[in-house]
Amino acid sequence: MLGKTAGGLAWMFRYLERSENLARLVETGQRIALTRPDRAESEWASVLKTAGVTASYKAHHDDVTGEQVVDWILRGKDNHSSILNCIEGARMNARLVRTALTREVWEAVNECWMTLCSELSRKVIPRDLPRTLGVIKQRSAFVRGALHGTMLRNDIYDFARLGTFLERADATARLLDVKYYVLLPSAAGVGSTLDNAQWEMILRSVSAEGAFRMVHGRNRKPADIAKFLTLDSRMPRSLAFCYSKIGDNLGYLESDYGIRMPSHDMAETMCQDLNHATIETIFENGLHQFLQNFLKRNGELAVQIELDYRFSQ
Amino acid sequence: MNDVSPFDEMLRSDRSVRDAYQAFETWFSSEDPAHLRAKAREAEAVFRLSGITFNVYGATGAGERLIPFDIVPRIIAAREWAKLSKGIEQRVRALNAFLHDIYHRQEIVRAGVLPVEMIARNDAFLQQMIGVDPPGGIYTHIVGVDLVRTGPDQFYVLEDNARTPSGVSYMLENRETMLHMFPELFAKNRIQRVSRYPQSLHSSLAASAPRRCDQDPVVAVLTPGIHNSAYYEHSFLADQMGVELVEGHDLRVVDGRVAMRTTEGYRTIDVLYRRVDDDYLDPLNFRPDSQLGVPGIFDVYRAGGITIANAPGTGVSDDKAIYSYMPDIVEFYTGEKAMLENVPTWRCSDPDSLAHVLDNLEELVVKEVHGSGGYGMLIGPTASKKDIREFRAKLEARPSNYIAQPTLALSTCPIFSKAGLTPRHVDLRPFVLMSPNGIEITPGGLTRVALKKGSLVVNSSQGGGTKDTWVLEDD
Repeated sequence: MLGKTAGGLAWMFRYLERSENLARLVETGQRIALTRPDRAESEWASVLKTAGVTASYKAHHDDVTGEQVVDWILRGKDNHSSILNCIEGARMNARLVRTALTREVWEAVNECWMTLCSELSRKVIPRDLPRTLGVIKQRSAFVRGALHGTMLRNDIYDFARLGTFLERADATARLLDVKYYVLLPSAAGVGSTLDNAQWEMILRSVSAEGAFRMVHGRNRKPADIAKFLTLDSRMPRSLAFCYSKIGDNLGYLESDYGIRMPSHDMAETMCQDLNHATIETIFENGLHQFLQNFLKRNGELAVQIELDYRFSQ
Repeated sequence: MNDVSPFDEMLRSDRSVRDAYQAFETWFSSEDPAHLRAKAREAEAVFRLSGITFNVYGATGAGERLIPFDIVPRIIAAREWAKLSKGIEQRVRALNAFLHDIYHRQEIVRAGVLPVEMIARNDAFLQQMIGVDPPGGIYTHIVGVDLVRTGPDQFYVLEDNARTPSGVSYMLENRETMLHMFPELFAKNRIQRVSRYPQSLHSSLAASAPRRCDQDPVVAVLTPGIHNSAYYEHSFLADQMGVELVEGHDLRVVDGRVAMRTTEGYRTIDVLYRRVDDDYLDPLNFRPDSQLGVPGIFDVYRAGGITIANAPGTGVSDDKAIYSYMPDIVEFYTGEKAMLENVPTWRCSDPDSLAHVLDNLEELVVKEVHGSGGYGMLIGPTASKKDIREFRAKLEARPSNYIAQPTLALSTCPIFSKAGLTPRHVDLRPFVLMSPNGIEITPGGLTRVALKKGSLVVNSSQGGGTKDTWVLEDD
């Protein structure tokens, strides 16, 4: 396949993953704002920070309000990472790599775009927000379903998955990093309602409250949450899970093409580090430092993959 | 405008239904119009979902439109088609021979049949192609011969499209859509298949591989990119043929061949079906500001390292002044009289013709010699006095830029409108494939329909639509 196509696939799926994560983030922010109105402003500030759009938001707004933040993230014209712009980016990349997609995957992405262009053509009023966010998640699920159901498991599929998991790893690490101070051991045992809200936010953002309860029971210790989302290889949004998938897909590419690239070694090292890490050693060395380092290495791996597989000249 | 009604594809002048439409009409009259309207909307939804959209040049914002599709097929009898095919084949052979000749000995000029200025002053004539020998001597791998019908046995060639004819994806998708929506129609009518086109295109292109090809020929489609108005067709054809869709920046000259950048390294291409204009193909040989081409590809081409389809320089035959010589061209290269007629054409470069045209502007259709897409032309009978005045000025300023033709009473074919079946003017673009293995013409082609009542302009860029085209099997 063309290097450009590999890049287009990876970006298409990065954009889809990003928009889905943003939808969950907004949903969580909305819930916290409604149930904990005294904390609303700071929660929305966290949402902006997690989405990585604080600077662009501040350049266009004087204050932080839920209504403005939601609109900015959903459809801010000048927000390069708005959900609408991400879906537009996904569709544009899908057009670019059209010949690599099954008809069903293409139609799912195209219909997602058409639907969202319509849904987000005007500001979404609070009453309609749950429905709109539901549509975004549903449409993303259709694409995922079409991908899994119809795409041949060849290099095309591998690049799509790499895009998804590089983005997801980035998103989870950011989410944790914005909140790292409430996950520190010193916060344990305090059990204030403030901290509970924060933990709830983190778990909700990744749809993980139920799963967490199954693994760790009802007692929410911050260290367990940190562990769940970094090291638990069964949790589909954890760093460990993302990297096991990244390792798998790079491995299939290595075997398909019969050649090992620098990105294989980089990914393998990261997988091993995550396998050998314990939450205790992570806290010892500093959770914030760990996450920052992870984000840096994740970014470097993405760049190396682009080079190894010739995404551009 | 004359008083006689134009030839209608479906109905005779006594309103009886022609043979070719009998089965269709029986089906149609028993269908609930509300159901058909629902089906028509369904077709639109399918096209939109598939992304079969058309970017209109100059449109801002969400510039994606659909080319309207009408559910009433244009039906051609087997016998009619057989006759047309022979004429089309003859014409395409002559075109290819003409191109070979003008880029070699120019015998047709030496023989005094074609004035040398027709070529020497022709912008589409590429000096760089003189003496070049494309594989198999094929210049026009894909040709669209636009036809119009004016009577039961009267067809005219409107123009020859030998550069980068487009619309074949609509031909194929329209058929798929009809099969999907009205399968019963295909049980009641025996219609010649068009679905083989992508395989035929691939075989045709592969058969034109250059001498230096030492593998199973690798074909690729070169597109200007996703912002090009015909991008859907480029991706559709690449997809259907199972070949890569490349842009200029995916390609590079490597060891005297052209190669594409794959995830595993550079891979040689043997045949490039290019949907990029000559001018933009190679910044080292043509327009230096082109971002769409490949530096040095033309040198590889001249040295026989790659086949480019269609060959550079075929635009000469798209020229409307050359068009006016086509009957002579056909006769010169085939030794036979042209089976398909040309529309009578006045060349405004000739003073007598110019005088006649200026005297009769209200009745004539005047076209730019290098125009396309239906732009830059005057349709005298429907133009305002102001339009005619302005056009007269343009004509007098640059007469050699124009040709004129009488207004043809294009045949009509019914469309399915809110008021039921109502006639609209249509044309026909059959697609012809040429390779060292021979010529293949897909049955039918693309029927374009002018959706506005009385309008003769069928181009999609100006509001035209398309229909499925049926050539019936021989009974």
